[in-house]
Amino acid sequence: MEKNNKQTDKTVIRLECITRNFVVGDETVHALRDVSFSIQEGEFVTIMGSSGSGKSTLLNTLGCLDTPTSGEYYLDGVSVRTMGKNSRATLRNRKIGFVFQSYNLLPKTTAIENVELPLMYNPSYSSSARKQKSIDSLVAVGLGDRLNHKSNQMSGGQMQRVAIARALVNDPAVILADEATGNLDTRTSYEILVLFQRLHVEGRTIIFVTHNPEIAHYSSRNIQLKDGRVVDDTRNEHVLSATEALANLPVDED
Amino acid sequence: MNIVNLFKIALKALSNNKMRGFLTMLGIIIGVASVITMLAIGQGSKNSIKNQIGEMGSNMIMIQPGADMMRGGARQSASSMETLKLVDYESILNETRFVSAVSPTVNSAGQFIYGPNNTPSTIYGVSPDYLEIRRLSIGDGSMFTQQDIIAASKVCVVGKTVVDKLFPNGENPIGKVIRYNKIPFSIIGVLKSKGFNSMGMDQDDMVLAPFTTIQKRVLAITHLQGMTASAVKEEYSEQAINEISELLRRNHKLKPGVEDDFNIRSMEEMLTTISSVMNMLTLLLGSVAGISLLVGGIGIMNIMYVSVTERTREIGLRMSIGAKGRDILAQFLIESILISVTGGLIGVLFGGGLSLLITLAAGFTTYVQPWSVILSFVVCTFTGVFFGWYPAKKAAQLDPIDAIRYE
Ligand SMILES: Nc1ncnc2c1ncn2[C@@H]1O[C@H](COP(=O)(O)OP(=O)(O)OP(=O)(O)O)[C@@H](O)[C@H]1O
Ligand SMILES: [Mg+2]
Repeated sequence: MEKNNKQTDKTVIRLECITRNFVVGDETVHALRDVSFSIQEGEFVTIMGSSGSGKSTLLNTLGCLDTPTSGEYYLDGVSVRTMGKNSRATLRNRKIGFVFQSYNLLPKTTAIENVELPLMYNPSYSSSARKQKSIDSLVAVGLGDRLNHKSNQMSGGQMQRVAIARALVNDPAVILADEATGNLDTRTSYEILVLFQRLHVEGRTIIFVTHNPEIAHYSSRNIQLKDGRVVDDTRNEHVLSATEALANLPVDED
Repeated sequence: MNIVNLFKIALKALSNNKMRGFLTMLGIIIGVASVITMLAIGQGSKNSIKNQIGEMGSNMIMIQPGADMMRGGARQSASSMETLKLVDYESILNETRFVSAVSPTVNSAGQFIYGPNNTPSTIYGVSPDYLEIRRLSIGDGSMFTQQDIIAASKVCVVGKTVVDKLFPNGENPIGKVIRYNKIPFSIIGVLKSKGFNSMGMDQDDMVLAPFTTIQKRVLAITHLQGMTASAVKEEYSEQAINEISELLRRNHKLKPGVEDDFNIRSMEEMLTTISSVMNMLTLLLGSVAGISLLVGGIGIMNIMYVSVTERTREIGLRMSIGAKGRDILAQFLIESILISVTGGLIGVLFGGGLSLLITLAAGFTTYVQPWSVILSFVVCTFTGVFFGWYPAKKAAQLDPIDAIRYE
């Protein structure tokens, strides 16, 4: 599989000595301590670690939702730390695609309307361009036949696909997923994983936070956090195929 | 972020919760409709009273014996109510420039009898000028003349209501003799019907006779109970009053500094008084209605506030995909403005319809003023911004991380 990988030498993400402290009462929680690493374009990175190890905090930092207490963060060559709220919002809109554990689709809203949402906040898209991009994106996640289904008319797996389509629609520099398979059963999780692997093959940069050690086998790199520190950062030489794993899954009980 | 997209987003959010939007709107609808209706009722009755007074003669002047009750307050003796005499009438008739017509008035109320029929009414002892002053006219027969005044003839002119009561079979009343206080009056004319006035008074319920006849034969008095006059024009009411006042002071030999022993009022003055009373009433009605608009506005704030809390995750999501604080602010403001302005529009239609219904069903004159419609719209937009601002600001200030994790 890795043969098709279009990984390049372009650095998408560079973290230098990132720390993030939360002050709660008169105690300081060190959520991230001195975290440094770089991610190249086209990598599929899983971030693992026990609960409270700082994974979500790291992902929020990478997603420009949170600012580090100290350290430098370069996204696509731009320093994020000094940016104001509004420019970070624009950066999220243009360069980042988020996938959440609980999908976070708008209720009573069709797949296509959910997917076009990021483009609504980008004035350079006309409404027809928006529509076309959203359709393309939904087709890419295999929901070409569900364009006008509302979020409450879809299964969990389908909702997560819509969320992934939404994360893809603005051609982000990096896709960030926090426990994206956490709410799904094994089979559906693998289906989502197949999708992520395909996006990886197409050259997307993906950062995937998970509890599940299995998933690390399907990514190209695995970063291990403990108490806010990177304790392990290994490249995975033998990326397993999720498609095969899915085929080998025991047939559903029902 | 462009405004068209923000409108689309806000419209979508509203259409996701139509029932709630409508219920929120209801407060505004009721508020605006009641403001419009109340102002329409106020303005309508003001207009109709004005018309009525205009019909009665807006240049009419009333002269009463006795000092001005409004100012004095103390009860006045019987003799002080007998200060107006025939000479006063003659002076006004002959020596004024701004008075075009004048008539004494001596009234008596009682039972009128014709054959087996009888009816209560009032007989007004007047001069022929009275018709012009009160804008009355003869429908049938003729008015009594100066000759009848001099002779104190027992003749009368009757209103339509009296005719209907005394001659229920439709006989021609002209030439018939009716009795009042055992005195026979022969009918020489019938007044043209004027119907009811806006205060519900029957303007056809009257009998006119020469004032000398009433003085001598009915009341046995020599003084006049009052006089009515007309200024040459409404604008000259003031001058006419001054003229009359000077004449009466001269006739009554009142030294300077001594209070008048009569009082003069013009319709114009009454009109101003009534107008200001009606304005007060309109203001009162309007502000009660305004309070309901305020309550409607608070309803918007309430719902928007709940909506922000309920949609915290949505706000978090929007922020995480690139919405700026001001986009969120604009979205919620537009939502509340859409609710209030749509509510305002429906309220205006509803209020206009209600005013029309009141006119049709209750016969109440109403008049929807254009400015009240414009005002309602301005107030609604303002209400939307004002009451939407706080919840929208709250939404815009949410932290995206907290918002998206919100349970
Ligand atoms: N807003 C905050 N205020 C205070 N402390 C916080 C805040 N967010 C995170 N923390 C603390 O930072 C540490 C890291 O939290 P984080 O959410 O990143 O962990 P995590 O690895 O994502 O855990 P999990 O796997 O359970 O999601 C925890 O100790 C947490 O209590
Ligand atoms: Mg977490």
